[in-house]
Amino acid sequence: MAGIVLEGVGKSYDGKTLAVQGINLTVADGEFVVLVGPSGCGKSTLLRMVAGLETISEGTVSIGDRVVNKVEPADRDIAMVFQNYALYPHMSVRQNLAYGLKNRKMDRAEIARRVDEAAKILEIGEYLDRKPRALSGGQRQRVAMGRAIVRDPAAFLFDEPLSNLDAKLRVTMRGEIRLLQKRLGTTSLYVTHDQVEAMTLADRLVVLNGGRVEQIGAPMDVYKRPASAFVAAFIGSPAMNLLPAVLSGGTVQFGGGRVAVGDGLPDGRITLGIRPEDLRPAAADEDGAFEMPVAYIEELGSQRLVHGSIEGEDVVCAVPAERPVGESLHLTADPALLHVFDAQSGARLN
Amino acid sequence: MKRAIFGHKGLPWLLLAPQLAITLVFFIWPAGQALWQSFLRQDAFGIKTTFIGLKNYQALFADSYYLNSMKVTAIFSVSVALVSMVVALLLALALDRTLKSSKFYTTLLVWPYAVAPVVAGIMWWFIFNPTIGILPYLLDQIGYDWNHGLHSQDAMALVVIASSWKQISYNFLFFVAGLQAIPMSLREAAAIDGAGPVKRFFTITFPLLSPTTFFLMVINVVYTMFDTFGVIDATTAGGPSQSTMILVYKVYRDGQLGANLGSSGAQSVILMAIVVTLTIVQFRFIERRVQY
Ligand SMILES: Nc1ncnc2c1ncn2[C@@H]1O[C@H](COP(=O)(O)OP(=O)(O)OP(=O)(O)O)[C@@H](O)[C@H]1O
Ligand SMILES: [Mg+2]
Repeated sequence: MAGIVLEGVGKSYDGKTLAVQGINLTVADGEFVVLVGPSGCGKSTLLRMVAGLETISEGTVSIGDRVVNKVEPADRDIAMVFQNYALYPHMSVRQNLAYGLKNRKMDRAEIARRVDEAAKILEIGEYLDRKPRALSGGQRQRVAMGRAIVRDPAAFLFDEPLSNLDAKLRVTMRGEIRLLQKRLGTTSLYVTHDQVEAMTLADRLVVLNGGRVEQIGAPMDVYKRPASAFVAAFIGSPAMNLLPAVLSGGTVQFGGGRVAVGDGLPDGRITLGIRPEDLRPAAADEDGAFEMPVAYIEELGSQRLVHGSIEGEDVVCAVPAERPVGESLHLTADPALLHVFDAQSGARLN
Repeated sequence: MKRAIFGHKGLPWLLLAPQLAITLVFFIWPAGQALWQSFLRQDAFGIKTTFIGLKNYQALFADSYYLNSMKVTAIFSVSVALVSMVVALLLALALDRTLKSSKFYTTLLVWPYAVAPVVAGIMWWFIFNPTIGILPYLLDQIGYDWNHGLHSQDAMALVVIASSWKQISYNFLFFVAGLQAIPMSLREAAAIDGAGPVKRFFTITFPLLSPTTFFLMVINVVYTMFDTFGVIDATTAGGPSQSTMILVYKVYRDGQLGANLGSSGAQSVILMAIVVTLTIVQFRFIERRVQY
């Protein structure tokens, strides 16, 4: 077991522009850290540098107190689960699991013991003699996991391992990965672009944008106090409402209403963030309540998402399922639940 | 596939007609001729023809020259297939995306590599040309008595090398395509699984290339059995002492020069049978192993 430490890590593919830059990250021993961000933000690049599949242009990567910049992938004591599973198509499931152990000259009895154990944990015992092509997507996914766990490595690296599965299976496998990691206690670095997956799996989240870290923190901390407008928009479903506004004397005016944002903030242009579930329907005559004409309603079963607009900005409000909604909705928000971001830089102000 | 709709029943036939005509004139008709001839005996002046059944075939399999020719053909085809495929595979591997390399540069590299063997093939042709070639001359200078007109081994080496070169670019393109079809992540997974480059090649890459390899093997054998007529004719003319007398060349010698049309017809039929068999084997195999 070991932790992973990244110090000032950067990557340039073409020698000019940096695909990833200035990454500092410490993954503690046994921790499950998820790298999340939009497509092209450099998640895979970062993970592949840790795996040794890409050269490291800047900084150092250490696994278990050892700098591994120049160490071959095979000698880094890591196992990786690929998006397309990368199972060897000409080998049976058993051979797939045993391949990495055979290459390491482990004795046959030990290989057999480990393969059987992994097969038991992942419930793939009955497919051991099949070829990967004769397995379903979910079964292949398990075999890919099995190939990682038989090695008993210092760390697991996952690159979007669930994105080829259908929605339902993805949820199941997500839970299984989480349970398995807890049970084995193996340090894990996991890449996904799906923020729900990230939230549910992570001990800690790393939100990446354009090759840089936007925020690192526990999922609920990131959710409750996003460090920037980018993180605010990216984490949480339905997405946070981000409204351009002008702050003066600690309050913001809009939609015929007024919201107290709090003291100690400089006057000027801001981006005001309110999560749909933090918008509270209010009586028309309630002090400060603003009015939102309703455009349409999305039924989610457990709640209804009311879509409307205030001063030309789209706004979403989550209300309980049984609550009737008319032509317009009067809303108000608890000042403690508001997020204030700099209009230019997007940095959090409150 | 989408089913095309023709307004008139005749149109498909009309469109097929040129292709059918060509097949008929250049394949079916001569093949039929050969088959018919193989059952006949003509006297030396071509005046009298007798139907003799399978006697021509019996004579062939009793003829030590013919059996020798079969052996020569087998050695020749397999050697050419092996030489040209090994060289092509090495070239393809040299160019293939290695781990940690940039995709961009590899794409740039493909083109010169793809063209080079063609150019080299043409050059080789000139080098080995018995009249204007420089290689026999050079070998002679360093004291190797290169004489493919006298030594069987020299003659075989010459025709194998000359025939292989023409095949390399073709094989190379197939191998490059085959390699590109193997997902990079498989080799990356193998690298993480502790396999070095050589082990990766033999345990992952080569097994996954086996459909390509098998396909090329058959294509190359068929090529060497038929399309090397020109090479043989220009270099050794089947000699010395029949050591490069491959089946196709023997058909020509016996039929055209020896005027033994019956035997030549029987030989053609046997050749056809070999090709048909190889083709069937190939299709069977490909059907069975579309995916590994
Ligand atoms: N082999 C490569 N050569 C050149 N540029 C590359 C290479 N791989 C990635 N890039 C570039 O680096 C940046 C980051 O790519 P990366 O694959 O890490 O993104 P990602 O966050 O994993 O995205 P996705 O969610 O789509 O997988 C992108 O701009 C991409 O174009
Ligand atoms: Mg990626």
